[in-house]
Amino acid sequence: MAIVYDKSKGLTDVELHFCPGCTHGTVHKLVAEVLVELDVLEKSVGVAPVGCSALSYDYFNCDMQQASHGRAPAVATGIKRVNPELVVWTYQGDGDLASIGTAEIIHVAHRGEKITTIFINNAIYGMTGGQMAPTTLIGQKTTTTQDGRTVEHSGKPLKMAEMLATIDGAKFVERVSVDTPTNIRKAKKAIRKAFELQLSGKGFGIVEVLSTCPTNWALTPRDSLQWLRDNMMPYYPLGNFRTPEEDE
Amino acid sequence: MSKVLMKGNEAIAEAAIRGGCKFFFGYPITPQNELPEYMSRELPKHGGVFLQAESEVAAINMVYGAAGAGGRVMTSSSSPGIALKQEGISYIAGANLPAVIVNIVRGGPGLGGIQPAQSDYNQVTRGGGDGDYKMPVFVPANLQEMVDIMMEAFDIADYYRNPVMVVGDGMIGQMMEPIEFKKPVPRELPVKDWITTGTKGERKPNIINSLFLEASDLENHNLEAQEKYAEMVKNETRVENYNMEKPELVLTAYGTTSRICKNVIAEFKKEGIEIGLIRPITVWPFPHKAFEDIPESAKGILVVEMSQGQMIDDVKIANNGRLPIGFHGRSGGMIPDPQDIILKVREMLGGVK
Amino acid sequence: MINEKVICAGFGGQGVMKMGQIITYSGMMENKHVSWLPSYGPEMRGGTANCAVMLSDTPIGSPVITYDATAVIVMNLPSLVKFEENAAPGSKILVNSSLIDQKVSREDVEAYYIPCNEVALELGNAKVANMVMLGAYLQLANPVKIETVFKAMVKVFGEKKAKFMPMNEEAIKRGMEIIKEQVK
Repeated sequence: MAIVYDKSKGLTDVELHFCPGCTHGTVHKLVAEVLVELDVLEKSVGVAPVGCSALSYDYFNCDMQQASHGRAPAVATGIKRVNPELVVWTYQGDGDLASIGTAEIIHVAHRGEKITTIFINNAIYGMTGGQMAPTTLIGQKTTTTQDGRTVEHSGKPLKMAEMLATIDGAKFVERVSVDTPTNIRKAKKAIRKAFELQLSGKGFGIVEVLSTCPTNWALTPRDSLQWLRDNMMPYYPLGNFRTPEEDE
Repeated sequence: MSKVLMKGNEAIAEAAIRGGCKFFFGYPITPQNELPEYMSRELPKHGGVFLQAESEVAAINMVYGAAGAGGRVMTSSSSPGIALKQEGISYIAGANLPAVIVNIVRGGPGLGGIQPAQSDYNQVTRGGGDGDYKMPVFVPANLQEMVDIMMEAFDIADYYRNPVMVVGDGMIGQMMEPIEFKKPVPRELPVKDWITTGTKGERKPNIINSLFLEASDLENHNLEAQEKYAEMVKNETRVENYNMEKPELVLTAYGTTSRICKNVIAEFKKEGIEIGLIRPITVWPFPHKAFEDIPESAKGILVVEMSQGQMIDDVKIANNGRLPIGFHGRSGGMIPDPQDIILKVREMLGGVK
Repeated sequence: MINEKVICAGFGGQGVMKMGQIITYSGMMENKHVSWLPSYGPEMRGGTANCAVMLSDTPIGSPVITYDATAVIVMNLPSLVKFEENAAPGSKILVNSSLIDQKVSREDVEAYYIPCNEVALELGNAKVANMVMLGAYLQLANPVKIETVFKAMVKVFGEKKAKFMPMNEEAIKRGMEIIKEQVK
């Protein structure tokens, strides 16, 4: 019998703990496939943050370090500065990257640190039970904005990709989504480019991935994907904000 | 090798480099700035990397990452900066990583002041970060001792896979004394086969981690750490017992304060009164035995600190109710005056009030 | 037996820290126990500057000078006001009379007045006022050999400034002569 699909060698056999319909699994698969296809899995070190992806050190088949909340970019900096030949990456959610870790993400970009960041934006804190994130949309109900987020009280959601693209050292910045097979293919391409940038030694690369959180959004997996398209995409437009070629 | 005259902070940096430090991550704060400045200039000449981080929090997390990747790494800061680093120190301890942290203590709480103080005792010996962790905390009293400890600190950290803290006060950091860089006794260090260097396809992934969601796993992790801490208590406790043959009273103090106490002891000697000094060189592990061994001649213990009284709690534990304990402390950057200590000693000996 | 406890004080830029370092370095070169403790913090930027130097045949306890200084060197008036009380009875206070028109108020100490700035100008370089004062101190206390001081000076100022050494040596010698004349 011919094998038509096989799990990426970039992932271990540990069963993922993610909720049904959550897109973390998809993004894990894309990162793992890119690492294998670029033939860098064996020289890569990933940094797992705090949040839903805290346990990703068990899922990726490469060296991993667990970081405290928001500090993954600083931890990755330490690893990369010790061994510049390694491929070092962080995988962070929006609470981690856009709230508690804003200083760290801005400063890896500022230094043009040669690492790659995969940023999961699902507009909510997942692991802690659905609290408001800086990326939570106006009107969106969360356990800490029970009547919906308002501009007056919490301001407008942070657009991290746009913001980071203004920093010179961030040489590749793209926002993608994993809601359709086409978008998943585009997402993988962007992730590949971000890692290629690291290999070229030109600077910092980040891919923001619009993702779903069916559990905390209280929607079915299918409705979650539609909600993402209807609500997140208009506010967080997909596209490339920065490529290394622009600077050449 | 001949002696050189160096400023404390610079001597610490040079000793760290000679002790094998290759990576430094830090953030500016007075009164320790000469240390990172020296590192920024000298470390690259030795094939190392100096990086000024965006904050103390980032700096200690860079240390955490670098230690996980196998780098011999350190950071330095001063009291409020160390408070910010506590999260990272706890992670480093929790993940069994070696790193060296230098704390040049200034007065607190809050922004406090920039003058010398010893009010970080609790912060450095009682964790500060979360969890049941411990780390050796060295409190040298002069630059030669500081330099000796710094040259050994990276080996101690590697030997136990544990953070090590070296504490000076602003005075130690700023003063100049002659020093000689002497190679420490080499230790047999374990091979670092647990570091994140990429699997190279030759082994299973290495994971640096302090997260254990199973309660029993976390407890076992903590129990293993306790075994390590017990080894440290056995092997790394350091103390100087000074003039302790037949003291009428025992002073106890560490760092700069212990030097002032030695002046006091010299004054009493002129009168034929013998006063002893127990000077902890490590405050964790605390030298309990030195207090058990206080001779019968002693009528009491006087604790002298540049704080409102922090080490005194450990002294009470070590004394176990045996002798009366007195206290003389100055804080905020004020330095104990020998005359005040002399008065306090006389009072405890039942002389002049 | 030598047990020198010297306070060097003045305003930033007068070279009081270097003066203290030269004494300290010289002591180390002659295998004495030494320490140098500066004031630090905001005051070092343009305000008053001071350091405490110890030089002894026996190990040094506290590097802090309280009221037991064997010599107090003051290069400006605020320093005299601040540190006069730190001189031990019978000790020396060296006053830069070019900038301080006040007299030492204590009667239990030996006071010396050295016009450091005027002498420096006579020598052709206002910057060596501190060296004139250093010479005066060395003549009075004699803690180390003068040749050692000249060697230490090169170490403290750095090889790059070696060309200024003849001028510095000249200033130190002048300071010494002034004291010789005064105590005659």
